[in-house]
Amino acid sequence: MNQADGSTPLLEMRGIQKRFPGVHALKDVNLSLHGGEVLALLGENGAGKSTLIKMLGGAHQPDGGEILIDGEAVEIHSASDAQKAGIAVIYQEFNLVPELTVAENLFLGREKTRFGFVDSAGEKEQALIWLKRIGLDIDPDEKCGQLTVAQQQGVEIAKALTFDARILVMDEPSAVLTEQEVERLFEVVKDLRESGIGVIYISHRLDEIDVVADRLLVLRDGQYIGEGVVSETDRNTLIKMMVGRSLEDEFPPREVEVGDERLRVDGLNRGRSVKDVSFSVKAGEIVGFSGLVGAGRTETMRLIAGADRRDSGSIHINGESVEIESPRDAIAAGVCLLSEDRKGEGLVLGHSAVDNFALPNLVRFSNRGWLDQKSTRDEFGQYRKDISLKVSGPDQTVGELSGGNQQKVVLAKWLARNTDVILFDEPTRGIDVGAKFEIYQLMNRLAAEGKAIVMVSSEMPEILGMSDRILVMRKGHLVGEIDNTPETTQADILAMAMDQESDT
Amino acid sequence: MKKLLSNYGMVLVLIALCLLFSLLTMKQEGSTGSAAAERLSSEVVSIVAADDGVFVVGAAKKDSEGFAEMATERLEKAGLTKVQKIVGTPRDLRQAWDQAIDDGAAPKVLVVSGDVIKWTVLPSLQENAPALRVMMPTEQLTSDFLKRSNLLAIVDRIVVIAVIAIGMTLVILTGGIDLSVGSLIALSAVIGTLIMKAMGGLEGGWWVVWVGFFVATLACGLIGGLGGFLVAQFRVAPFITTLAIMMVTRGAAFMLTGGFSIYQVPETMTWLGQGSTMGIPNTVIVLVVLYSVAHVFMSHTRFGRYIYAVGGNEEAARLSGVPVKGILIFVYLVGGLCAGFGGCIQASQLASGAPNLGMMFELYVIAAVVVGGTSLSGGSGRIVGTLIGAFIISVIQNGMNLLGFDSYLQQVVLGAVILFAVLLDKARQRGSGRSAKA
Repeated sequence: MNQADGSTPLLEMRGIQKRFPGVHALKDVNLSLHGGEVLALLGENGAGKSTLIKMLGGAHQPDGGEILIDGEAVEIHSASDAQKAGIAVIYQEFNLVPELTVAENLFLGREKTRFGFVDSAGEKEQALIWLKRIGLDIDPDEKCGQLTVAQQQGVEIAKALTFDARILVMDEPSAVLTEQEVERLFEVVKDLRESGIGVIYISHRLDEIDVVADRLLVLRDGQYIGEGVVSETDRNTLIKMMVGRSLEDEFPPREVEVGDERLRVDGLNRGRSVKDVSFSVKAGEIVGFSGLVGAGRTETMRLIAGADRRDSGSIHINGESVEIESPRDAIAAGVCLLSEDRKGEGLVLGHSAVDNFALPNLVRFSNRGWLDQKSTRDEFGQYRKDISLKVSGPDQTVGELSGGNQQKVVLAKWLARNTDVILFDEPTRGIDVGAKFEIYQLMNRLAAEGKAIVMVSSEMPEILGMSDRILVMRKGHLVGEIDNTPETTQADILAMAMDQESDT
Repeated sequence: MKKLLSNYGMVLVLIALCLLFSLLTMKQEGSTGSAAAERLSSEVVSIVAADDGVFVVGAAKKDSEGFAEMATERLEKAGLTKVQKIVGTPRDLRQAWDQAIDDGAAPKVLVVSGDVIKWTVLPSLQENAPALRVMMPTEQLTSDFLKRSNLLAIVDRIVVIAVIAIGMTLVILTGGIDLSVGSLIALSAVIGTLIMKAMGGLEGGWWVVWVGFFVATLACGLIGGLGGFLVAQFRVAPFITTLAIMMVTRGAAFMLTGGFSIYQVPETMTWLGQGSTMGIPNTVIVLVVLYSVAHVFMSHTRFGRYIYAVGGNEEAARLSGVPVKGILIFVYLVGGLCAGFGGCIQASQLASGAPNLGMMFELYVIAAVVVGGTSLSGGSGRIVGTLIGAFIISVIQNGMNLLGFDSYLQQVVLGAVILFAVLLDKARQRGSGRSAKA
């Protein structure tokens, strides 16, 4: 750590202002980053972190304030300006062309040429060196679309290195990774720090910050709240800075009163991803699904919700066998799925909050096909208050909302559908601490109302904190069931989730 | 207001175009000539009795003579019995006047053209007969663009495209495209007229016409629906599906007629495209009715909402229980029906059916929809916007005709205007909101 020694910071952002129509997204924000340090950028969703880093990537321009690199003011109007300034931003949505190979992606736009032709062999050779540098063991001829998410992320990092980036910005890099992949990512980040690169690291997982970051900086509602050295900042102070209040506990307490069986699944199969999965969930229960990424949890949920066709297996709702061939059938039978991919599968991003809310409920909100706009809006208004959804109005486009509020719109639309079985797939991915707590409370309330709840989650604390029972999947099979008691530990679950041989 | 502008910003473009062409085609209409006579005649009729003597006076010049002739004709038509036309010199007027005095039938009113008013003989006549009224037309500014006949021509020209653009809007809202509509115009016109020919030809009754139109429209609807089925069931790209249908139907239209036009149709078939009801052209009524229905359907019914949802995010719509396949088939079916009905209107306007009708129309229709603010990627757009888009295109074409642009230049300008309109729309969207894809 060589910050705060009076030397010129590598990157400095001073008095940054940004306004969007109706929103003052950033108000006089300051940030400084030295070479060889990792700065954690913290804040709830909608706090302005993304807007701030998009300025570094050239996607947004500040309305006021300046950006300095090595003490010199720079203007970043495009991604190539950012590259020239030595800044690499790795967004949550990767910037890779899935049809091109790893090597081609690494040198995209800066192809190595010999006599005017692309020097594929040279590129491959170079690619191998960079990949090795960050400990990534993949074939440079592999198409990027074939890689795992973690590998793609690695390629993004390698790409940053190829143009000698001195500032690396990572937006929630761990959100899409499994525990071991996160470990590996930390190794890479530490290694980059050693070599003098300044890293800005955004994450919602406070545990990670302790491990990976040197300093932290907190934003709230577009304002600079404070900064400090990680080792000197305790967690409660940090949460208070982020949410503006202290949270007693990460998970709300609840009373369980288990009723009749709501959902039973027998011998569910689909290709290689889901093999002979059987389980049941009772009214009032929250059942957590754990396992590594790719273990078949999401796929199982999709089969129950009719999003994919199952090869075989039967589904019973409230004791009755139901034929589910489509999401329509599933909803009619009383099952809904809150997909892990909110933007791609949960919402029509370009449409308003109230339209998204109404979509699965249009039959109820219409009379012989005629829409009843008033009752739709009235009910939306109730949910808006009920789950403290922050929108400027029912007609605000959901694409403009923060992740937490988008998730709340998805929640509201399914709550209004009032199904007996609710499947949550990664319900709090990319959602800030405050909104997480609210969503947990809501899940508890639904369980108390007699719904059967299934929750797929890759976050161990969430599984342990919320579930009554924990089901573990591995390679498409359901490999274990644990009654969740205060004594249950992550190790118990991991032991089941991981194959003995592949424990590397 | 702001919302209205962002929804229907193209209204402003349309209004600006209309103003522009009104001004550019504005001209001074003189106090001579037949148009002036028409204006003045009604004024005269309102103040004289049927048996009052009226002199209509014109100089021996082309415009002035035309004035006298038209005014005489109009006044006589209006029931005046003692109208005398005098064309020539002041001397001729004096002689006719004296003659009338001798006969004891002095005229009460002199209707004169703008050049006659300067004759010195007039004040002297008025001295002898103080009750004599002299009337002449005033000068007036008129715009060729704003004439009723021209405005109706604009509607006539765009009605087919505008009707088809309704269906195209639905298709584009789902993120699709329908290239087959131009060919369906031809197929519909050919099927309709062939049926009429087979059921009595020139002698056929009015119901023969309706059978022809009905079957033709339905056939096109079925073809559209088939395309929708291919798109929905087999996930074939709409562009390719409808491109293929475009070729097949165009070929079929030529095969059905052997390449010739069909003229053996009942006279009553022109009612739809050329007739009028209670003074309002039927084409105008068709537009008002169809657009009202479509607007209400899209903004106030469940299925309208489903169409927007499918275009906005098909997967999210499916997972929300929207019957996506049904919706896709439905919009292409409506697209086919609209194209079929458009073909009937086209045939009715021409009183015949031909296999080469509607060439390139698919592109004009798509242009109308896009200029009207509907996004080609689906999920956003308005029916009323499409009507405005269609009119923008028609008004531009009409204005250029009035101004005497040659037809090649017209195409260049039209293309440029479409580009401009779309760019303007993009700029407006960027100005009014953040990108939704953030």
